[in-house]
Amino acid sequence: MKRVEILDAKTKDKLCFLDKVEPNATIGEIKSMFHKSHPQWYPARQSIRLDPKGKSLKDEDVLQHLPVGTTATFYFRDLGAQISWVTVFLTEYTGPLVIYLMFYFRVPFIYASKYDFTTSKHWVVHLACMCHSFHYVKRLLETLFVHRFSHGTMPLRNIFKNCTYYWGFAAWMAYYINHPLYTPPIYGEQQIRLALIIFLFCQIGNFSIHIALRNLRPPGSKTRKIPYPTKNPFTWIFLLVSCPNYTYELGSWLGFTLMTQCLPVAFFTLVGFVQMTVWAKGKHRSYLKEFRDYPPLRSPILPFIL
Amino acid sequence: MASSEEDGTVEEKENNNKKRTKSALVTAWLTFYNIAMTAGWLVLAITMMRFYIQRGTHKGLYRSIARTLKFFQTFALVEVRLTFVGIVKTSVIVNGVQVCSRIFMVWFVTNSIRQIQNEESVILFLVVWTVMEISRYSYYTFSLLHHLPYFIKWARYNFFIVLYPLGVAGELLTIYAALPFVRRSGMYSMRLPNKYNVSFDYYYCLIIVMLSYIPLFPQLYLHMLRQRRRVLHGEVIVEKDE
Repeated sequence: MKRVEILDAKTKDKLCFLDKVEPNATIGEIKSMFHKSHPQWYPARQSIRLDPKGKSLKDEDVLQHLPVGTTATFYFRDLGAQISWVTVFLTEYTGPLVIYLMFYFRVPFIYASKYDFTTSKHWVVHLACMCHSFHYVKRLLETLFVHRFSHGTMPLRNIFKNCTYYWGFAAWMAYYINHPLYTPPIYGEQQIRLALIIFLFCQIGNFSIHIALRNLRPPGSKTRKIPYPTKNPFTWIFLLVSCPNYTYELGSWLGFTLMTQCLPVAFFTLVGFVQMTVWAKGKHRSYLKEFRDYPPLRSPILPFIL
Repeated sequence: MASSEEDGTVEEKENNNKKRTKSALVTAWLTFYNIAMTAGWLVLAITMMRFYIQRGTHKGLYRSIARTLKFFQTFALVEVRLTFVGIVKTSVIVNGVQVCSRIFMVWFVTNSIRQIQNEESVILFLVVWTVMEISRYSYYTFSLLHHLPYFIKWARYNFFIVLYPLGVAGELLTIYAALPFVRRSGMYSMRLPNKYNVSFDYYYCLIIVMLSYIPLFPQLYLHMLRQRRRVLHGEVIVEKDE
């Protein structure tokens, strides 16, 4: 039997003392016990570490495998109010879906009142609406049925930041695409057709990658493995890229930019690309750190370039 | 937020031999930079005073110093690079916001909208900026030379208390005065329809800029107050011990 004391990482105050803890108890179980004595700190917002400035311990870590004596001393940091990833994703993706449709149907008070509830005379505008809506419906369904999340929660303030980003950009794009004075692409049907092919190709690609990543991980687990190409040709890009889901996502938005020939869309694509590159580089670095035999030919997001 | 103030204890971060020679070079360069900037703003100050004494009016004053002002204010972009790389220990965001708002005022308001160049509010913020920058750059210069007179430190960490709000007032009044001219001329604006399917109204952009002072100015001001407490009162405590 071990004893566990939990101190505040900043003030070093004794917050909790647990007598008689099983040596094979996990950090997750210790968090639940801590939660009982401090109900305002539910387990998701607890960061437990061995060192006040060290890394957080994982929920799966077992007490007796940690470098502690008979009395284990842990440091606690409050991560702040947490919200589940699923909730955030569903909220941030439903917004653009609904908002774009509001602009598409020219709901009152957006454009001049003589245009209320009219539809655009350009068929590319209808196509764009279908593509945009398809994209976000796909994202919502993936969130519900495909993705397996490593972390359950993220800080609450993220939902405001993320929703502002997605909803704001969706409104900005939709305003111009569905505007009565919208100008269709210069090269007309050729441009739109090419754009649609790129868009659909990348949507299928992105979905294939999500499925492949899902299949790496058995349900309920948090294991990490190197992703490899499967029988699906869309996954062969794994030979050259660590995060092809981002590559395909970039491709989809490039397609959409070409289709709509709208500067705000181009801007959104650019900002998204910058953010995804940051994420891809981080993921690539952690793959390299974790796996000795990581394929050397791979780049984070763009084959051979980035 | 134009009254540019950040914590700036300029230190090197490297430790071993190769880096020591490099950091000596960096320090030398930084010292030269700060001396040059102090000199530049001093020149501006003197030119402004001479103009006013000789002409007795502020009309035409902006035109007379415009080029010098643009040069030295734009050169301050270098500092953003320095904070980003870590050579100067200041928050990149704080410094970045400061420099951006200055560049915006100089290039996109007073430079482009001629009609407001003789406004009193322009003189107001010019005077504020000049005093602030001279005290800031001379503070950095003397710190780097390890010979900091107390009154310069005092000036740098006390002037802002009054000058900062005055500077903000000058800037806001200037932008406000510019609004009707922007609206009438439609400058920097783009309307539909166009092949990029975008529109931009500089008039509303300026209004948003003015509104952004509301959340941003208090944060920068409080940041400076915190720095002041740390730098000045820290000093006082040490003296008492001695």
